[in-house]
Amino acid sequence: MEVFLQTLVSGILKGGLYGLIGMGMSLIMGVMGIINLAHGALMMVGMYVTFACFTYLGIDPYLTIFISMPSLFLLGMLIQKYTLNPLMEVDSILPENQVLMTVGIAMVLTEVARFIFSSDYKSVRTSYSGATFFIGDISFSVALVVAFFIALAFTLCMFWFLLKTDLGRSIRATAQDKDAALLMGVNSKRITILTFGLGSALVAAAGTILMPVYYLFPDIGGPFTRKAFVITILGGLGSTVGAIFGGLTLGLAEAFGATYIGMAYDDMIGLLIFILVLLFIPGGFKRLLKV
Amino acid sequence: MRKYSPILLLFILVLFPIVVRDHYHQHLMILVLMWVVIGSGWNVIAGYTGQVSFGDAAFFGTGAYTAGLFVTKLGLSAWWGMLFGGIAAMAIAFPFGWICFRLRGAYFALATLALNEVMRHIATVWESLTDGMVGILVMQTFVSKVPYYYIALGLAVISIIGVQIIMGSKWGYYFVSIREDQDAAESLGINTHYYKMLSLNVAAFLTGMAGALFMNYMGFIDPEVVFSLHDISIMAILVGIVGGVGTLYGPVVGAFVMVAVHEFFRTGFFGFFKGIAALTGSDMINVFAKYVMQAHVLGFGILVVLVILLLPNGIVGDWNLIVKKIFPVKTREVTG
Repeated sequence: MEVFLQTLVSGILKGGLYGLIGMGMSLIMGVMGIINLAHGALMMVGMYVTFACFTYLGIDPYLTIFISMPSLFLLGMLIQKYTLNPLMEVDSILPENQVLMTVGIAMVLTEVARFIFSSDYKSVRTSYSGATFFIGDISFSVALVVAFFIALAFTLCMFWFLLKTDLGRSIRATAQDKDAALLMGVNSKRITILTFGLGSALVAAAGTILMPVYYLFPDIGGPFTRKAFVITILGGLGSTVGAIFGGLTLGLAEAFGATYIGMAYDDMIGLLIFILVLLFIPGGFKRLLKV
Repeated sequence: MRKYSPILLLFILVLFPIVVRDHYHQHLMILVLMWVVIGSGWNVIAGYTGQVSFGDAAFFGTGAYTAGLFVTKLGLSAWWGMLFGGIAAMAIAFPFGWICFRLRGAYFALATLALNEVMRHIATVWESLTDGMVGILVMQTFVSKVPYYYIALGLAVISIIGVQIIMGSKWGYYFVSIREDQDAAESLGINTHYYKMLSLNVAAFLTGMAGALFMNYMGFIDPEVVFSLHDISIMAILVGIVGGVGTLYGPVVGAFVMVAVHEFFRTGFFGFFKGIAALTGSDMINVFAKYVMQAHVLGFGILVVLVILLLPNGIVGDWNLIVKKIFPVKTREVTG
């Protein structure tokens, strides 16, 4: 029972972070209709920003959110403006050109990071990295709890933004029907640029708050892109609410898998869920919850 | 001229090992021919049917491991893998396609990516069968590279002719109709799921055979080599899109260009930087050259970005456009 509860707690804490990662991907997916395969690579860039700020400037990892998010927001906007948007006008046979482009971008980002920081494993060690507190017999990692609440705060902010602000409404309108939104006077090109920036900033935040308890190397993007993908499939295509549930489910499944099956099967569990969802609930949580 | 150019090309390729006796260039040409086979396979599923696959390495590795296991487990020749490798790859493709063709577009692409990772994981973890990270070592049959060259050439010719026949048949038209508009195809009574499965199995078979050839030729495989995402799966996509998506000879051009680019980076621009460093005696250029030689993945990434932006239909697909850019006067007469 104790092991079970412990696993449950760590799964939920991890799931909150995954939700944040998945939400950025869902947002981009919803507005542009493409899977962003550079998502993990953008997270990696955010993590390196945190690493660099901590190591060379001595800034606390959590405070670097204010550096990593704006810089990734900018990077995301530039990527969308100069590489993905021009593709809309290009005539080509393959409709997945933009997805292939994100693969190319991911490769470039990863290799540039390898150039600058080498392939070595890097980590940020702070006084609270290993700190824990206990409730009953269950231990909570301080850093993970902080990360969970920051992720929660971002998620709530995101909802407020999408539901209540003008810009958020424009984003949702573009996601629902691009042509109709254009006719209503929404500058959809600007919206795509902003959305990609926003998605990148969200994943950068996830990377930054993960940094105190995780390690970092240039190829770390790949696994996280796959996780984000499983989350979006779980949650339903382009659904932000679904992404949160998807993130929680994946976090729990990974935690229980690691406890009861074995640590080596991390990727396999994600794929297993993915196949099960495809077989039994093809629309993901979006279809179950009608959101 | 256009009609005879394939025969001319084949003629040159047949004569190649007789004229060029240098092992290094023969080795490169064998790789080019192997990539022609893989690229053709990718082109069938992605170029013609429109279901972009990021997981060619799953089929490639399955073929290679089948050939290797024929030696280590059954004590037979690895050449049996040429046939059974393709069949084994189809055995992977079948259940995968059956489940994952519910997904469309980019989602299918990511599912293939996941397949790639899972196959690598299985090959690594299942040590009693595959020896895990130790890999499989097989004695090569021939000392000379020439027999391998002709086998690879035969395989490449078979795959090109095979793709041509398939694409000229009813299957081919169904494949293209799925790429152009899946819903319209479905509404016209085409069983899209069935034809997508067919297309994936053709691709898997070709890729699996190429994998078996790789095992026979290289003599050594391990999971990191044959299930590599960057060196196999991404490379297959590059061969496809650089040459020209949905064109018969695109993979041929793409394979040649990509192997050349790969070598170009690996050798540091064919020893260009080494030469300059020796000439000026500067250490900095030497260090720079070392970086450049490690940067082939970066080069690939930049190449993807540039090709997609500037030549979205590849060299073969946009050939007229390229000609127009280079000789603007000539074509103005035609269009004017």
